[in-house]
Amino acid sequence: MSKSVIETPPKGGFSFDLCKRNEMLSKKGVNPPSFRKTGTTIVGLIFQDGVILGADTRATEGPIVCDKNCEKIHYMAPNIYCCGAGTAADTEAVTDMVSSQLQLHRYHTGRESRVVTALTLLKRHLFNYQGYVSAALVLGGVDVSGPHLHTIYPHGSTDTLPFATMGSGSLAAMAVFESKYREGLTRNEGIELVTEAICSGIFNDLGSGSNVDICVITKGGKEYLRNHLQPNPRTYTSSKGYSFPKKTEVLLTKIIPLKEKVEIIEGGDAMEE
Amino acid sequence: MDLEMNLNAPHSMGTTIIGVTYNGGVVLGADSRTSTGMYVANRASDKITQLTDNVYVCRSGSAADSQIVSDYVRYFLHQHTIQLGQSATSKVAANLIRLLSYNNKNMLETGLIVGGWDKYEGGKIYAIPLGGTLIEQPFAIGGSGSSYLYGFFDQAWKEGMTKDEAEQLVVKAVSLAIARDGASGGVVRTVIINSEGVTRNFYPGDKLQLWHEELEPQNSLLDLLNSSNPEPMNI
Repeated sequence: MSKSVIETPPKGGFSFDLCKRNEMLSKKGVNPPSFRKTGTTIVGLIFQDGVILGADTRATEGPIVCDKNCEKIHYMAPNIYCCGAGTAADTEAVTDMVSSQLQLHRYHTGRESRVVTALTLLKRHLFNYQGYVSAALVLGGVDVSGPHLHTIYPHGSTDTLPFATMGSGSLAAMAVFESKYREGLTRNEGIELVTEAICSGIFNDLGSGSNVDICVITKGGKEYLRNHLQPNPRTYTSSKGYSFPKKTEVLLTKIIPLKEKVEIIEGGDAMEE
Repeated sequence: MDLEMNLNAPHSMGTTIIGVTYNGGVVLGADSRTSTGMYVANRASDKITQLTDNVYVCRSGSAADSQIVSDYVRYFLHQHTIQLGQSATSKVAANLIRLLSYNNKNMLETGLIVGGWDKYEGGKIYAIPLGGTLIEQPFAIGGSGSSYLYGFFDQAWKEGMTKDEAEQLVVKAVSLAIARDGASGGVVRTVIINSEGVTRNFYPGDKLQLWHEELEPQNSLLDLLNSSNPEPMNI
């Protein structure tokens, strides 16, 4: 890509000047503060009745695990869920934003949301920010035109696939899918395969760990299986329990209940203009 | 190999894309590999995207840029078709792509080949490489794998081929490029557009002809061990 020689007045849209300044500073050794990433293994696959999404639950801040049980499968619509990898703030913000836009669109059209709508909203947003919104997503759902599964990359490109993996553990999970996926899996086979793929990421990738979350979406509805599998329980806790020496003496305990200042009327009249 | 950097690399399509005219229409062909750094993000992608009923475009370069450009052009062509009252010509589609590519040349990284059939000019192929130039050619090649095909086309291309000859030429060319270019691979997809309509074809990678030093596709090394007389490995 060539640099423009002539100084053109700003045409509007996002200004990437500070991004260039940050890159220049990084090269000189001044690093920005580390931010919370979801190292992550996220997967999705299409089975005979719909879509199954899976994710691990580790969130990292540089080398530290800052959340051992975070939720990476985000709600977009009653029939659409989205797994997010990359910067935790970016995935949360972008999925929340598109989820609100989808709800407004549902009110506007009076119909159930479609997966391609969510896909287009997400890819337009991410493309406009040219990859600086670091969100890599696996979007899955079932709508009137059937089950759909898409991957969305931070630069705004999308792929439509029967099975997909994203995140730092994607290679480990993809190896499991490539060897064991076939069309027309049943619900239990699908859940087992997704669990196996996420576990492969959890145990072989340093950026992923803790538990497995699963979300099964079919025409009838959705099932969010939070912590479907917990292969990393906390072992070696002291059987005696932990006791910490008391340092501050309690002199007096006084409890004052708060008085209700508001009268709650059951029923009441409807608001009139 | 630094995995962290690779998975955050922009999604690019290494690619081999081809567009060829024949007497009666055009044949577009492409491989199916999309890579992020050294990892194959999608081994079965569809790089031949529909713009209108009779005009398709082969995409190469940055996946995001080419998808967005083709989305915009599909939208403009849809409006144009309504205003015109009949289907758009391939020349209009190519020019819309060219305008977007040229005017945003600093920010886009995408090479496209537009192919279509219309009742005024018949089958036409237009190449719009990186800078946004528009060039109408009897055949066009693009993408990283095209470097290996210039000599092949100089020798193998001829005017006035039939539909089957043209399609076989395209499949052979993409398969040769896949054999030599690391960034191309997967399956070969072709789209034939003529007065009768559009035909999509699919050639899986392991069914393609084998070239110099290419081995037969194996399902698993375990098959070799379990067979009755395993061949000794030859260097």
